[in-house]
Amino acid sequence: MEQVLKMENIIKTFGETQVLKNVNFDLIVGEVHALAGGNGAGKSTLMKIMTGVYTKDSGDIYLEGKPVRIDSTDDAKRQGIAMIFQELSLVHSMTIAENIFLGDELKSNLTLNKKEMNQRANIVLQELGIDIDPNLTVENLSVGMSQMVEIAKAVNKQAKIIVFDEPTASLSAKETEKLFELIENLKQKGTTIVYISHRMNEIMQICDRITILKDGAHALTESLTNLTLEQIVSYFVPYQNKQVKFEWKKRELGSESLTLLSVNNLTVENKVQDVSFSIREGEIVGIAGLMGSGRTEILETLFGIRPMDSGSIEISGKKARIKTINDAINAGLGLVPEDRRRQGLVLEHTLKENFILPSIKKNPKLSSFIINEKNANQLSEETVEEFNVKTSGINKVISLLSGGNQQKIVIAKWMKMNPKVMLLDEPTAGVDIGAKSEIINIIRNYADKKNGVLLVSSELTELLAACDRILVLYEGRLIKELNREEIKREEELQHAIQAG
Amino acid sequence: MQSKPVKSRGEAMKLVSLTKFEWNKYMVYIVFLIVFLIFSVTLGENGFLTNNNLLNILRQTSMISIMAVAGTFVLASGQIDLTVGSVAAMTAMIVALILQHTNSIWLAIIGGLAFGALTGSVNGLLVTRLKLPAFLATLGMMQVIRGAAMWITNTAAVPITNNTFNTIFGIGDLGGVSVLILWTILFYLAGIFVFNKLPFGRHVLATGGNEQSAKYSGINTDWIKMKVFILSGMFAAFAGILYAGRMQSGRFSFGEGDELSVIAAVVLGGAAMKGGSGSVLRTLIGSILMGVITNALILAGLRTAQQVIIQGLILVLAVALSNLAQKNKN
Repeated sequence: MEQVLKMENIIKTFGETQVLKNVNFDLIVGEVHALAGGNGAGKSTLMKIMTGVYTKDSGDIYLEGKPVRIDSTDDAKRQGIAMIFQELSLVHSMTIAENIFLGDELKSNLTLNKKEMNQRANIVLQELGIDIDPNLTVENLSVGMSQMVEIAKAVNKQAKIIVFDEPTASLSAKETEKLFELIENLKQKGTTIVYISHRMNEIMQICDRITILKDGAHALTESLTNLTLEQIVSYFVPYQNKQVKFEWKKRELGSESLTLLSVNNLTVENKVQDVSFSIREGEIVGIAGLMGSGRTEILETLFGIRPMDSGSIEISGKKARIKTINDAINAGLGLVPEDRRRQGLVLEHTLKENFILPSIKKNPKLSSFIINEKNANQLSEETVEEFNVKTSGINKVISLLSGGNQQKIVIAKWMKMNPKVMLLDEPTAGVDIGAKSEIINIIRNYADKKNGVLLVSSELTELLAACDRILVLYEGRLIKELNREEIKREEELQHAIQAG
Repeated sequence: MQSKPVKSRGEAMKLVSLTKFEWNKYMVYIVFLIVFLIFSVTLGENGFLTNNNLLNILRQTSMISIMAVAGTFVLASGQIDLTVGSVAAMTAMIVALILQHTNSIWLAIIGGLAFGALTGSVNGLLVTRLKLPAFLATLGMMQVIRGAAMWITNTAAVPITNNTFNTIFGIGDLGGVSVLILWTILFYLAGIFVFNKLPFGRHVLATGGNEQSAKYSGINTDWIKMKVFILSGMFAAFAGILYAGRMQSGRFSFGEGDELSVIAAVVLGGAAMKGGSGSVLRTLIGSILMGVITNALILAGLRTAQQVIIQGLILVLAVALSNLAQKNKN
């Protein structure tokens, strides 16, 4: 079997953490190669090096046996390596054909040859089995179809290797099926595919070989016919000695503790189906599930960002009508959103301004008609102290703080409003390991004050460390509810998420 | 304030980066000083530094200055309002016509301000409900209103004979200081108070700084934008009332090009076009700075055509400086 690409001893360091440690990776012509591993294992980094988004610190890359330099995305394109990103890179206002030929438009003399481009685009689409008019504008396409166009664009640029990063996360079951057909099709044509996914079922279904990374190091490369799901999942758990103490402490709720939040038969579009659960005083409930399983959508619906189709929400025994974010805040909820930079903070404003933003009008200590700057300063200072935020002062522009310290402010701005239930969506994403354990402690302390917490996280270690109970979502449905005591090992939870 | 005896190197570095970052806050003061000094030296003999001339500059910039108070809110919230000049003209027409027919100052003021509020509401609705970009929505509205101001009397000017009105809103003075300057001071005090002291100001800044984060913090950003446009409309209407009082008439051509001067004043004051920053006081300095430059050009004997060119260049320079300051920040 002919090797198309080989990466040897790849090392990459960000700041002081080595994210790739002598990683080896190879691809055989025409194979579908799965790249798997837990969060932070280094999958994306490795692929970003291969596609020229990042440059490696050291190591070698060989393409068809010859050593190559890939220093930019242009280099990668020239070598025939393309990546289909999670956030698609199409120009929405242009047609399919224009997108496919973006950057190397066909010309007749000086003017664009639209006819020729349409015809050629049509041929590429047909060959891939995509039945669509290349004259359509991309903004009218579904997510699945946009992805197909993205693939057609890569194929048209003579890509030999195409990397897919979690391609099915936002696809429906039917679209996923179409995508798999297309991948099979590409494979027959001799294109090599790298398939990054957390979904083991899909990997088992369409991939030939798998490479698993663990804590930035190569753990295994094997043909999938020789592996079982259990064997793969066992590689996903990080090495114990690498973990800061993310130990679970059993927390006593007391039999008398009241129900704070109960969600009944919640249905949201096709994202969340008939989900019911409740949270008691002092309880931390986790939501585990793959990307696209409806985790974020549940939180967003509770917080009034998405409208619900049916179902009801009760807070402290009273039916809550949540139509807007303000309704949710007034009902006693707070949300730490998934994307800190886009949804959680105004980056160019100061720590203090960000901290007081949601409470400035609601907290009478902060404003009775006019803003009480003295109290605002004092409360900010106290919070910086209490949450151990590392900053040179409360008037520092928040974008200058580290991710962990920024996140502490996002959490604090809500916790200081004393909501009954905190909703947290990936609260430790992009946060260093020290801040991670601090944030888990902050969450625990908050729950200890008879508050409820609903915690969404892709990091199972974190869920297992913090939660008293874990809900498992699969394709929008609540398929399992596990008490923390029942879960002996992380593999069990990983399995529950995958199993469906 | 804590005082530490020894300044470490790290702290010294921090000071350096602090001054670097604050450039956009002090830019307008520095530029103002430099420009003022240059003109004092070069045009001192032409009467630039006389009390009379300096007060004259303040008087002439008062309409722009007042509109720019609201303009600061508009840009801070990430929007733009091009209707202000034509709202001022239309308001002057309305006020003049109401005075002509009823001679009631109260009715004229209420009618004028109501028109400003109405225009602001329409702008706000176009932006928040129909999701039009503010630039296009207000560009269209600007034309509509200017056209209406021409149509209402077939481009004829409407004289105002009510002397009380003219005195209060245009030609009068208090202890030698023009009422126009007094109105400007009043509006700036109010603007600074609202922008700096009320939660509304913070909500405006957050809306412009990152609308999604503001929404997720429970701020009704659409409502904030509505209020900002209404504020802008009403301030422009008041500027129109002052135009009417000063010229003792209503004329369709009042305030032509004022929308650009307002933006220039706010941007010179350190606000970023993309929203999230700005200061009312610095806007005032920006506005006066432009008045100083225009005045100096006249004293230097430049013709109107040349003045217009220079004013255009100032706008470009203001935005370029603002961009530079923003870049410094990152």
